[in-house]
Amino acid sequence: MSMAFLGWSITIAQILLGLAMLCALWRLLGGPRAQDRVLSLDALYVNAMLLLVTFGIQTGRTFYYEATLIIALLGFASTVALAKFLMRGEVIE
Amino acid sequence: MTQAPDLPLWAALLVAFLVLFGASVSLIGTLGLLRLKTFYERMHAPTLGTTVGMASILLASMICFSALQSRIVIHEILIALFVTLTTPVTLMLLSRAALYRDRSEGRERRDKP
Repeated sequence: MSMAFLGWSITIAQILLGLAMLCALWRLLGGPRAQDRVLSLDALYVNAMLLLVTFGIQTGRTFYYEATLIIALLGFASTVALAKFLMRGEVIE
Repeated sequence: MTQAPDLPLWAALLVAFLVLFGASVSLIGTLGLLRLKTFYERMHAPTLGTTVGMASILLASMICFSALQSRIVIHEILIALFVTLTTPVTLMLLSRAALYRDRSEGRERRDKP
């Protein structure tokens, strides 16, 4: 009995996070300016990270943790590089 | 489809509540990203997901793996620490870039007529 509501709540949470990713994707595709697209890319990778954590809870395996950490690292690096590009016009001076 | 780990009842209740709460808060933050009018308002909305949503989902993951392996497993705290440290840095860099771009375009618009 405890299995059923836990499984359903994790599935509903994954659907909600998928809807959040769709909202971020909508803003990413139709954002009026470049900084809106960078901001929505940031929100997109954070939601993808949370979705991977819920997959890790669902399967009970720990190897989703490494993927989550790598997504967090690469998302931070990419957002900083894109913000630097918007500021200066080039990433490495 | 609705697969779940084999947890005791208290851990299952806590994990279910925290996961649902975190996902709802993240969805609300991203809806704010979609709905708000200007860029500087939009910048505040997804931080709801990167603070409260991330914290509650990672707390649920910690409780789940601690109950599964019957020892304290808190390596998710590294992700929480990293995201909490890096989100203000990225948003400050992005807002400075947006201010710079707005200001330079305003100057162009004034020079044009």
